[in-house]
Formats: sequence, structure tokens, C-alpha cells
Amino acid sequence: MHDKTLTELAAGLASGAFSSRELTQAFLARIDRLDGDLNSFISVTAEQALVEADRADAARAAGNIGPLTGVPLALKDLFCTEGVKTSAGSRMLDNFIAPYDATVVEKLRAAGTVSLGKTNMDEFAMGSSNENSFYGPVRNPWDPAAVPGGSSGGSAAAVAAGLVPAAMGTDTGGSIRQPAAFCGITGLKPTYGRVSRYGIIAYASSLDQAGPMARTAEDCAHLLGAIAGHDLRDSTSVARGVPDYTQELDTPLAGLKIGLPKEYFGDGLDPAVESAIREAVKVFESLGATVREISLPHTHYAIPAYYVIAPAEASSNLARYDGVRFGHRCNAPEDLMDLYKRSRAEGFGEEVKRRILMGTHTLSEGFFDAYYKKAQQVRRLIRQDFLDAFDEVDVLMGPASPTPAFDLGARKDPVSMYLQDIYTIAINLAGIPGISVPAGFAGGRPAEGRPVGLQILGAHFAEARLLNVAHQFQQATDWHLRRPALAEETL
Amino acid sequence: MQWETVIGLEVHVQLATKSKIFSGASTAFGAEPNSQACAVDLGLPGVLPVLNEQAVAMAVQFGLGIHAEIPEVSVFDRKNYFYPDLPKGYQTSQMYHPIVGPGEVEIALEDGETKRIRVHHAHLEEDAGKSLHEDFHGMTGIDLNRAGTPLLEIVSEPDMRSAKEAAAYLKAIHSIVTYLGISDGNMAEGSMRCDVNVSVRPRGQASFGTRAEIKNVNSFRFVERAIAFEVERQIELLEDGGEVVQETRLFDPERDETRSMRTKEQANDYRYFPCPDLLPVVLDRAYVDHLRDNLPELPAEKRARFQQALGLSAYDAGVLSASREMAEYFEAVKEVCGDAKLAANWVQGELSGALNREGLAVQNSPVSAIQLGELVARVKDDTINGKAAKQVFQALWHGEAASADEVIEAKGLKQVTDSGAIEAMIDQVIADSPAQVAQYRDAEPEKRGKMVGYFVGQVMKASRGTANPQQVNALLKEKLDALC
Repeated sequence: MHDKTLTELAAGLASGAFSSRELTQAFLARIDRLDGDLNSFISVTAEQALVEADRADAARAAGNIGPLTGVPLALKDLFCTEGVKTSAGSRMLDNFIAPYDATVVEKLRAAGTVSLGKTNMDEFAMGSSNENSFYGPVRNPWDPAAVPGGSSGGSAAAVAAGLVPAAMGTDTGGSIRQPAAFCGITGLKPTYGRVSRYGIIAYASSLDQAGPMARTAEDCAHLLGAIAGHDLRDSTSVARGVPDYTQELDTPLAGLKIGLPKEYFGDGLDPAVESAIREAVKVFESLGATVREISLPHTHYAIPAYYVIAPAEASSNLARYDGVRFGHRCNAPEDLMDLYKRSRAEGFGEEVKRRILMGTHTLSEGFFDAYYKKAQQVRRLIRQDFLDAFDEVDVLMGPASPTPAFDLGARKDPVSMYLQDIYTIAINLAGIPGISVPAGFAGGRPAEGRPVGLQILGAHFAEARLLNVAHQFQQATDWHLRRPALAEETL
Repeated sequence: MQWETVIGLEVHVQLATKSKIFSGASTAFGAEPNSQACAVDLGLPGVLPVLNEQAVAMAVQFGLGIHAEIPEVSVFDRKNYFYPDLPKGYQTSQMYHPIVGPGEVEIALEDGETKRIRVHHAHLEEDAGKSLHEDFHGMTGIDLNRAGTPLLEIVSEPDMRSAKEAAAYLKAIHSIVTYLGISDGNMAEGSMRCDVNVSVRPRGQASFGTRAEIKNVNSFRFVERAIAFEVERQIELLEDGGEVVQETRLFDPERDETRSMRTKEQANDYRYFPCPDLLPVVLDRAYVDHLRDNLPELPAEKRARFQQALGLSAYDAGVLSASREMAEYFEAVKEVCGDAKLAANWVQGELSGALNREGLAVQNSPVSAIQLGELVARVKDDTINGKAAKQVFQALWHGEAASADEVIEAKGLKQVTDSGAIEAMIDQVIADSPAQVAQYRDAEPEKRGKMVGYFVGQVMKASRGTANPQQVNALLKEKLDALC
């Protein structure tokens, strides 16, 4: 069962081929067997999952079902889940049992899905390799020497390894798309405001967005439909109807206008990744799409702008972890200052501290205009680049990452790690949606290479179009069906 | 040297919304610690703020009440600092684009003149919780019930020149917010709090001196005392050749002094930036116009109307318009009795005296405005004289009857104006007082005037206070002089 897509599993549940309990047990057994090495889960909520599965089976018996009733999935450990540890991958929240559910969690529960647990991640979603987790790094199922990407590395690895058919991730600068690319799965970052952020532990509020990670675009379409929508508890969520994202999946691509941003094919792009992406583009041409080069002239400002805005917001968002009300508190503080200093020094990891320091600095008196204000101006220019591009073409395409998954420990210098996100970060600054789909293999070990992700970008709220384009690609190719050796292992 | 005092005030007004500014938790005062703090108020991981529309409406009403500009767009910013009762590690406030722009408040000076104090702006923000230092054995308790209560911070220009003006300004703000019903204005419960900026300069100097900010000045009286102390401290310092340092000082009402809290060098860098969790507040014109059209009459307008249309003195108009309750009471009395001046005299005289004696607010008066109005009407139409009216008032105050007419009837207080009846009483008194009559007759004519008092008293006594005193006086004089 573990090699089936979420859509196929939903069909199997509907036809009575298996029950939600059987499905849940099968995936729990795989987690039990295989995750010791992968480390993709921080918490496995087996007992609760079986209760939810039984509830789903009972609902099905009563005829009270939706398309996702009884389907198991996992949640990045950034989503608050009532009564379950919600750690954000940090020692700071190792003791934090969330007293409420995030809106996404509520919606998934209402849709009848079954949560198997909480997946590993870079601490507070800060990282591109999942090496910044208090709970240890996650291994890439394609090669245990490689990172799964980050920050939603646990979600990506768990799906790729067949430990769960789908998982929820969040994406602030590429944290869904880059790990999806590294692990050979499909990951969608929706338009900013499409999915409620309520109950998602904040990293950078103006950039954070939740989205689905699964085997196929079709799976993502089902999941996005379940989690999208306006939420009165999130003022930045947009009051706009949620379409049936599966409706347009089969629309033919004849006449589709594709733009290739020349800035996404420049220096630093691994040649093997580039050739995989160019091959993928040919597939679209064979489906009747036209392709032209496009320019996003402010692309090279995206990383500097992001590393001003995101840490600035993070420095403020993470101020609440002070040892006073919840989270890690140091032993026997001498006074208030000591409580603050030691609780935070012990609770936060190095990358989180680095970003808090950067953000605190750029917001400081005398620096604000030169950094934060300037970065916001750049952000508007970057957004305008995309708006201009979408006047010319329907979608943009390029690599999700300049390289395939790199080896654990290979990127010691933080700046080289930041440059990993060169193709994903601008999308968050602009607020547009993007999806990464498997598009071949390149370089490294094993011999056949590591997965390459094709990133497809659309205008604000063009998720249905992106899913359609991705689905058509997956109808014409089988990259998304390839499984790592680990996932082939049956019990 | 002659010194001039320069004062600016930052007044924090707790808005009387039902729920908090960014959450649905109740704002009621005095609940069990932390029983009115929800996930949002606690700043739990993942929570988000949602702006309370009622707080926005109240802030705009205030702005309209001080004839301020209401910008179309205002923006919430985060003010970042660590404090145990500040759950998120930042306060959501408005630094760069406040909801209320420049306006002005009119204050009444003691000489009856008015002065305009400019308001720089007013902005919305959330209150912090409270740190509790008692009963925790050397530790500190945190109560977050107050965290997230909406505050309107009203920042004046440095337009005040004395402690009295500062107190008058604070009272004016108090009466505006209570007139509007946007705050209970209860200073004892912290619904209104005040920071005072004080500096002094040689009279005639154009530039301002270095100022000190005094925190924790939380009553009208404390404002005057804190300023008085601080002005004296600064002048002494300067006259001794010293310098005032820019700093934040704390007012200690028990020792009646201000103490240094932190200097400019120790000041926090609050790292303000726009709150990414809240959208800019965009007010459309129709919304603002609707609020403007529904504003009640405010104290300054009321005071002007009391003077111009009702002919009250500046002093009376000021006192009677000072609070919404007092003004409403007075206007009701006036409506019933039909005489503004008489109503003003009674409200400020007999009624206020009785209220003060018992420590009651006008809205808790045992004598209703209608009862008092009917009583004053009986004075006005000469049914009773002033002395009887006071008796009637006392009876109403003690709940002895439901209306003035009932008291007048029951106690037979109706004024006697029938000159025949009065003459009869006078004749009787004269007949009963041969010694006094003889004294009167023997006295120098210029001394006789004073001696009439005795006879008037006797006649009034005989009438049980109901005789018309003017008539008694006139008739007595006639009769006594006839005997001479």
C-alpha cells in the first residue's frame, strides 16, 4: 500500500479494498521499521492515529465521508496540535504540548484525515538541509549520506520513503519546494494568504505559508482544497473562494505560454540539473506549450532582501520564548536577566541565534532605513518583476534548487547554505505560488543520481493552473513514480 | 531669574471595549489572575492577532471629538522589548502611522478664560499584563488579564505652562472620553494613566529646556504634585549651576517626589517595524462620516452653549459641563423647571453640597433630576419660599415622599402670600412683644432696620416658614413705623 498515491489510497478506502485502520497500521509499521535510520519523525502519535482511523471507518460506514476520509498523513512539527508535543524542531519547545489546533490541523481533521505524527524539521523552519534540528538530521531516502533539504525535510523524507502518503510542510523561502526537489516528491507552496497561518509557529510572518507535500500534483490538489480558505483568526488570509483544485487537472496544455527566467539558468547552476530541467521543458513543448526566455531583473537582490526581512521578523517573533510562560527555562535563574539569557542561550540552536542577531541588528536605530526599509523596497521590485512576467506568459519554469541534494555536513558556511535558496526565495517575497515536481536525476551517489525538482511558478492565486501544468507533466513522465530503494522495501 | 514651565502629557486611556484589542477575551476589571487571558493574550506559539473593530471606532470617535485629522490609513507596529508581563516580547502599537492625527483640546482656566492645547496624535496599542510582587516569597507573579486591553495613547504638544493647566488638560481628556462613552475614565483602576514631560526655561527663551519624563502619575492630584516637585527640582538644579539630564523618572506619591528610573543612555532601542500579522487599517470616508454624525455634544460645545444660550456664567457652565452625568442631570432639571439659572443654582448648591457630604456621584443621587426640577419649579412659581424649598429637598433626599408637591402638601409648606393673613400674624406678634416694640420705638431711626429681624423671625415662626418673607418684611416695617 505504501507505494500508492494518496489519490489511489482514497479510492481504495472508498471501494472498501482496505479500511483506514488497516492503512494506518501499515504505515505505522513502516515508520516503526524504517524511521530509526531516516529520523523523519519527531513524534509518532500511533494511538491517537488509530482512534482517528476508527472514527474515519465509522464515518464511512455511516456514509458521512469526504474525499480524504481515513487517509493518513503527517504534519511538520511547526503546526500546533492539541495535546501533542509541538517542538518546531527546537530544544526551546521540547516540553511544549500545544493546547490548541492550528487551523490547517482543524481543517484536515474535519476532512477526516488521520495524522500519524509530527515530522522533523530545521529549528523554527530556519535551514535548507534539516541539519539544524534539535532532534538530529534527517537522512535522504535516496541516499543516507545526503540531506533531505529543509526546512520541511522530515515531511519530504517521510513521503519519499513511503512512511506516509502525504505530509504538510511550510515554506518561508523554499522550505516545501527545495526538500520536495531533493527527495523526488511533489510540493506546493500556495499564494501567501491562501492558507491560514493560525497555529503555525511563526518564523517570518510576511513570508510563511503552509502547503502539501505528496507524490503527485493530483494528491496536492486534493490536500490544498482541504486546507485553503479564509480564516477569521488570520487577518492576512485572503477572503476568496476555494475552487475544486482537481477540476482543471486534465485541461490540455496546448497553447500554454511558458517563460524561462534567464536569471534561473546562470552561474552556479549544476549542469546536470540544468539538462534535466531543459529536458522537462521539452516535454511541455511536446504537449503543445510555447517557451520563451523571460527576465526577472531583480532576482539577484532576492537573497539579500530575504535575509534582512525574514530575520527581522524572526527576531521579533521569537522574543516570546523567554522562559517565563512556556518552553525551555534554565535551571535556578539568579535573576530576570539570567533567566532570559540562559533560557534563550540553551533553548535556541546556532542558526536560530544567528538569525535573531541579524534581525535585531537590522531593525536597530540607525540601521532600519538602510536595511529593513531598503529590503522592503527591493521586495516591491521583485514582486513587480513577476507581475510583469505574468503579463507575458502563463507560468514560469526553472530548477527548484541549483544542485541536487548535497551531503550531510557539506555546507558548513551559512552563506553557501543561504545561496541554496536562490531560486525559491523570490517567490515568497512576491507572495506567488510555486510547485516543485520530480524531473529526473543528476550527479552524486548513487550511480543513477539524486532527484531533480522542476519548479513551476504562477501568478497570485493561480494554484489550479500550476496543479494542472504539473499534473499534465506527470501524465507524460514517470519521474514522480520512481522510488528510492529504501521505499521499495516491503514488510 | 524668572522660570517658565513647559509641560506635555501622554495620556493612556483604556477603551471600554467588551473584548481585547486583538483577542476575544474579556476586558472586565478585577477577575482572578490569568482567568481572562486566552491563547492570543498569552502569546502562545502560532497565535495571531485580529483587530477589534470597536476599538477602532472608539479611537476615531475620540479623534473626531478633538477635531483631529483622521488619516485614511493607519498601521500597527511592533515595539520590541523584553519584560515578564509583556507576553510576546513586543507591544503592538502604532509608531509611524497613528489612527488619529493632529487635533486640539480646549481647557478652561481658573480666570474663566479658555486655552487650546494641541494634540500631536493619538494611537492605538495593547496594554501589558501586571507583575505582582506580593505573596510570592521573593519571586514575581504575572497576571495577564490586562494584557491586550485596548489603550488609546493621546500625546499632547508641549503647550501647558503650569501644573494647573496640565491638570485641567487631563480633566478635559477625562470628560471627553467619558462623554463619548469610550472609557470609564476610572483612574483608580488604571483606566486612565498619565506620563508627564516637564522642562523649565528662563522666561522669554524660545527654545525648550531639557525635559524629564515622569511615569506613573495616576490621578489629577498627583499630576499637580508631581509637576510641582519636578519643576522645583529642575529650577534648583539649574540655579545651582547644574544641568537637567534627559531621563525617565518615577513619581512616588507616598514620598511626594520623583526618582530617576533610567537615563537616555539606558533607554531601550525598541526596533519598531510594521507588524506583519496585521493589515493596515483603511478607513473609508463613509465610516468616519457615520461616526461623526453620531457624536454626542462634547464638553467644550456644551460649555459654550450653557454660557451663550442659557446665560450661565463661565464658572457655572464649566462646572455643569465637566462630566456627562452632571450635564445630563442639570439639563433634565432645567427642562422640568424651565429656568436655567435657578436650575444651575440648585444643582451646584443644595444638590452638590449633599452629594459631597455623602461622597456620592451625581448619577447616584437619591433625588432624581425630575424631582429636583419639580421642586425648583415650585420655587420659581412662588408656591414655596427658599426656606421651605430646603426642607422639601431634605425630605426628598431622605426618601420621605416621591415628589416635591407631596412634601409641600403633607407639611403644609405652601407659601402664604395673602396679605390679610400675614397682617393678622404681624398684629399678633406685635401684641405679644410689648418690650421689643418699646425698644424699637425708643431706638434711633437708623438703628431700627436691624431690629426688624426679630419680628420677621417671629412671624415666620408663627407661619411655620410659609409666609412670603418679602411681604412680611414690608408689612412689618409699615406697621412698626406706624407705632412710632
